[in-house]
Amino acid sequence: MSRTSHLLRRFLTPYLLLAPGLLWLIVFFIFPTVQMFLYSVSTGSVDFGYRLTWSFAAFTQIPQEFSRQFANSILYGTLATILTFLISYPLAYFIAFRGGRYKNVILFLVIAPFFTSFLIRTISWQIILGDNGPVIGLIHTVDVFHQVPQNFTFMGEPIAVVSGLVYNFLPFMTLPLYVALERIDLRLIEAAQDLYAGPWRPRGWIYGALGGAALGGLVGFGISWSVPAFAAAGAVLGTLIGGFFVSESFLRVTFPLSLPGVFAGSLLTFIPALGDYVNATLLGSPKTQMIGNVIQARFLESNDYPTASALSFVLMVGIIIAVMAYARVLGTEDLSGGVTI
Amino acid sequence: MPEIDVRLVDVTKRFGPDVVAVDHINLEVRDGEFFSLLGPSGCGKTTTLRMIGGFEEPTSGLIELQGQDVTWLPPYRRNVNTVFQNYALFPHLSIYENVAFGLRRRKVPDQEVRRRVSEMLELVELPGYEKRRPSQLSGGQAQRVALARALINRPAVLLLDEPLGALDLKLRKQMQIELKRIQQEVGITFIYVTHDQEEAMTMSDRIAVMNRGHYEQLGTPEELYERPTTRFVAGFLGVSNMLRGERLGEDGGYAVVQVVGGARVRVPRERLNGRAAVEVGVRPEKIRLLSAGAPAAEQLNRLDGRILDASYMGVSTQYIVRVADEANLTVYEQNVERTEEGSLHRPGEMVSLAWTPEHTFVIHEGTGGDAGNAG
Repeated sequence: MSRTSHLLRRFLTPYLLLAPGLLWLIVFFIFPTVQMFLYSVSTGSVDFGYRLTWSFAAFTQIPQEFSRQFANSILYGTLATILTFLISYPLAYFIAFRGGRYKNVILFLVIAPFFTSFLIRTISWQIILGDNGPVIGLIHTVDVFHQVPQNFTFMGEPIAVVSGLVYNFLPFMTLPLYVALERIDLRLIEAAQDLYAGPWRPRGWIYGALGGAALGGLVGFGISWSVPAFAAAGAVLGTLIGGFFVSESFLRVTFPLSLPGVFAGSLLTFIPALGDYVNATLLGSPKTQMIGNVIQARFLESNDYPTASALSFVLMVGIIIAVMAYARVLGTEDLSGGVTI
Repeated sequence: MPEIDVRLVDVTKRFGPDVVAVDHINLEVRDGEFFSLLGPSGCGKTTTLRMIGGFEEPTSGLIELQGQDVTWLPPYRRNVNTVFQNYALFPHLSIYENVAFGLRRRKVPDQEVRRRVSEMLELVELPGYEKRRPSQLSGGQAQRVALARALINRPAVLLLDEPLGALDLKLRKQMQIELKRIQQEVGITFIYVTHDQEEAMTMSDRIAVMNRGHYEQLGTPEELYERPTTRFVAGFLGVSNMLRGERLGEDGGYAVVQVVGGARVRVPRERLNGRAAVEVGVRPEKIRLLSAGAPAAEQLNRLDGRILDASYMGVSTQYIVRVADEANLTVYEQNVERTEEGSLHRPGEMVSLAWTPEHTFVIHEGTGGDAGNAG
């Protein structure tokens, strides 16, 4: 082969490798995004066609009309991400450090729900959380002093929507966390212990209690019932976890080294949760509407393309800004030492 | 009597029902000593070190640190620090924070941390490296940081687990001298695990040679090399020539032992310890090669043989000598008197091997037959 064709090939190869992905992005992302933006500044109707008028009316109505749904989305998405993280982290930790020869089996179990349709799994939560379902049944059985009102319900409450989100996005959090934790050299943890990193007491008790109380309170708020009781239960649980399970070596070594996984997992959970409408539709009620529900309804039911497009656009820009701010805090080399997954 | 820093009493470590990693070890490490655990992989040396560090709990036995029972204390409650095999520097922290880690956990005030970190980096000859990351260091530099990170806590004992294993030969030699210098400078007890006999000999005050979960012999490098008492030690530390023999009688302060081909060698009497059948040995460099029939001093041990092979090795020449058609002995001769034409001795030549009786060592384990009863 001649020297020039060799050089040409070396020059072109990276671009050729990039081409399929780039093409995909142009056709299915760039083009629709531009189209969406153009719709958002158009006026008209589906019957008579939309005209590009550069009217920003669809945007200006958002704060007044849809701030509640945006707030719901942010609140549920954040709560779901935190809860998913709190469930996933111990799980991923266990698989990575204690899984032994059952590692692959447990990992398979984590992704096993994907073999069933997203919709069917969410509908099954209607049965689990339903008024005649096992959870309510158990609560009334345990509740021997009849503290829980007879008409107590999950369905239609924020907690049902958050539960569905947590359940559906759990694997997206668990897998990146597992990958990050699994790569940690166990000798680093031994080195930390060797250098006097012991239990996280007494601070673990205090921080654990505060964190647990806040989270418990949020959960109580989510089912619109008995916030103080949940806060108290959370405080007790948090104290135990902070004092006995969280060690200095975890705080100073294991956790910082797992941050790339925390970063990836929380983005993979938070972003889709923010735009999700299936959980709110199937498990929620009008008061738990998320922004995804509005977008879906405006696009497919009332054919109000400009409003739907404007909402999608605001959501997208909001997510991009949030992710960039988040990356600034978590993704810097100062925290992870340039360790990436 | 120097103070004892670390004492292991009858320590055993089992992994599962079948694997005995450490088998009833008793050990005393003195204050300020450079002590090495030397042995092949799987001999239990690292497990022993990890038990002292607190990373493994013994199945039975007792571990004392400066007179205090620490058998069940976690690592963070022990006044020992470890230099890990592959350094185990925290990749997410700067060199400064790596070195300061132990002090920070002990809530030492910032100002003192700053002073002691720069002091330590000075000691390991890495001043000005505070802001770097572990990934930006070479192997030798990472090694020094690992050392500084452990030493800054002024532990009673420093544990080192094959710390030079990942370095190339030249850097290893340099670091051996460096380690010894630092040890003498700070005066802390070092317990050093290695499989490299030369490394252990260069640095250690005392060495325990380990094999299959226990140590075979413990002593200064010189004692171990000059007077190994087991076949394993004789073979693991350098090269040995071993000869089976029987005790004939005594001659002055020496016992006379009849070896291959009826030749008689003399051994300092106390080394034989009353045994009848024994195995004696001599190091290759202790043997002088004489032309057959050449006169030699009366008191030397002497064997006659024929040269099978001569290999030139630069500093010395290695000869394999066949004695009485029974045993092959290895002899190293320094190339001081080498002539320009070639070696002084050639294969096929008849020679005499001579060495002083004091250079003859005696194996203390069973040599078959009645030796076991005699010992």
